[in-house]
Amino acid sequence: MGWGRTAPTASDLRRPTSAIELRRALPTASARGLLARGLGRSYGDAAQNSGGTVIETTDVDAFTIHESVPGSSTVLVTAEAGASIDRMLHALVPQGLFVPVTPGTRYVTVGGAIAADIHGKNHHRKGSWCEHLESLRLQLADGSVVEVGPDRDPDLFWATAGGMGLTGVILEATIRCPRIGSSRLLVDTDRAPDLDSVLELMSSGDHAYDYSVAWIDLMATGRSMGRSVLTRGRFATAEEAAPKTGRNTFAYKAGVIANTPPFIPPGLLNKLSIRAFNELWFRKAPAERRDELQTIPTFFHPLDMVGGWNRIYGPGGFLQWQFVIPFGTEAALTQIIGELSKAGCTSFLAVLKSFGEGNPAPLSFPAAGWTLALDIPTGVPGLGPLLDHLDDLVAEAGGRIYLAKDSRMRAELVGTMYPRLDEWRAVRDRVDPNRVFQSDLARRLAL
Amino acid sequence: MRDALGAVQSVLVLGGNSEIAISITERLVDRRCRTVVLAVRDPLSPITATTADTLRGRGATTVEAIAFDALASESHSDVIAQAFDRFGDFDLVISAFGVLGDQETFNNDPTAAAIAASTNFVGAVSSSLAVASRLRAQGHGVLMVITSVAGVRARADNFVYGSTKAGLDAFAQGLGDSLVDSGARVVVVRPGFVHTRMTEGMKPAPFAATSDKIADAVVAGFGKGREIIWAPPILAIVFGLLRHLPRSLWRKVSAR
Repeated sequence: MGWGRTAPTASDLRRPTSAIELRRALPTASARGLLARGLGRSYGDAAQNSGGTVIETTDVDAFTIHESVPGSSTVLVTAEAGASIDRMLHALVPQGLFVPVTPGTRYVTVGGAIAADIHGKNHHRKGSWCEHLESLRLQLADGSVVEVGPDRDPDLFWATAGGMGLTGVILEATIRCPRIGSSRLLVDTDRAPDLDSVLELMSSGDHAYDYSVAWIDLMATGRSMGRSVLTRGRFATAEEAAPKTGRNTFAYKAGVIANTPPFIPPGLLNKLSIRAFNELWFRKAPAERRDELQTIPTFFHPLDMVGGWNRIYGPGGFLQWQFVIPFGTEAALTQIIGELSKAGCTSFLAVLKSFGEGNPAPLSFPAAGWTLALDIPTGVPGLGPLLDHLDDLVAEAGGRIYLAKDSRMRAELVGTMYPRLDEWRAVRDRVDPNRVFQSDLARRLAL
Repeated sequence: MRDALGAVQSVLVLGGNSEIAISITERLVDRRCRTVVLAVRDPLSPITATTADTLRGRGATTVEAIAFDALASESHSDVIAQAFDRFGDFDLVISAFGVLGDQETFNNDPTAAAIAASTNFVGAVSSSLAVASRLRAQGHGVLMVITSVAGVRARADNFVYGSTKAGLDAFAQGLGDSLVDSGARVVVVRPGFVHTRMTEGMKPAPFAATSDKIADAVVAGFGKGREIIWAPPILAIVFGLLRHLPRSLWRKVSAR
């Protein structure tokens, strides 16, 4: 099942332990096809293949940090599909390196990062994950292996970027990893009383920061609607970090400090408890703070400190709804946030960010504009029709829903939201005419 | 595929003229169900044509009727296999066929009672097992079996019907347990008295409801992932009490 624990299905799960074993899965005889899966952080059904084969790649996780080239600001890392950002960071950070892009969790694999073309807090500066790849090795439906990149069969490379694993099994990739000055970030925090002010702060100031994201309280209504806490920062230099790190400039410690208990009563998270949490969280944030030193886990991966946090929503599960709409359609953004607030949608702090330009991948999610992501427990009454209505607003504004997060959108809207879907299909049909690569998401959305 | 909020994209209805099943299906089509296959005794009947038109009008793109005879158990595997082969995965199969019959008639005509039992129980056993095997193969999907509160405790004035539903209810629960970890699930729906063609002219029982009300309760329970859905939900409490009444008392309460 997916991270939201909502629509589990059964499949023949295999867990190869080596690259050689991984490659033996193809060609497959399974009539319901095959799909590679990483750490299962997709919220919905993107990494499920009901009745077919699912290959969990997480044991195929070796990676090599190449020799650094003098004068280059990046170092190449070649990683197998199952290598996680978590493991890579433990090796990279002490050497003064970082991953080019990290999402809100470090428990994602390189293969998954490519398949979803993931983004992070630096999208407005650095774009998404696949823009930092030199090349990748892909096993096609017939079992053959090809190496593709922005310069080698770019059509297939960009169809694989954000291609949700439907063009082939990603075996490994070579990634350009940036150097960092220390393992600490220099963070500025601003508390914004309403939506207009946070949009204004981001529009006017994001260009000065490498990383930027706002946490927005969607349960606040009236004049406080859209109130947010904006955190922005960049990696500190060794001197700037010294008060915290001493001489150990690249000290890095990241782990799980608490686990979700095995039993969560249904309904623990309800309107009252979440509203109280959001209120507390907004009040405790400083109105304005400058140059605070934060660690990598605190700044990038706060939720990773709680193991199995997805279970906190109880047996009913939850979903995440994330969209992007173009700059200039702020009226639609305001309307959507207004309707979410009005519906009293029980949501923990949602994430608001401004994206930079998109890339050539037809199914890549990010595009210049505003993106909003929120978790919602599935038990909220009327949630289905509400989100369908909001999907329509997103589509009308020229925006789209993030496939890696989706678990409920209507198939009819995919073509509108991803106008280059047919281009992507043409490449998929070229490399996989018999639809060997299948997923529940692909079935649901008729990709 | 069924989505995170319980909306499905394709439904097969065994007993496609059942008003409860049609009301449920209408609601599923309103959400996003696009393929509906109605398995009925006579695919060309006007009543099925009307249902199909209504469903198309509400947004279904593929609505087809196929021939299905509940009493012909030997044909069930083939009929169901053909439906899956022709239309692809079904996210939901509703087993809704059944006859109520008249206890008075059954008392004087045991053969008629046996035929009713064959329809309601035997036919449901063979068709449900055929469905379960296809759901297991596709690794997902729900079989929704409509039983009745009449099966929770049999009563003098309809115990043939009640006992067939009691058997079906037990069968469906066991089938559901056997499917754990297969990706497929069974949902048991226990409606109370419903105003339909089947109950026309009868004196309604307490908590009687229209098929629309029943369907609302079913869709809500289904969305929440319930394994047993009482419709209306209050009946869970009512029958929680009634089933424990001493028999002498139950005879009085259930007599009408």
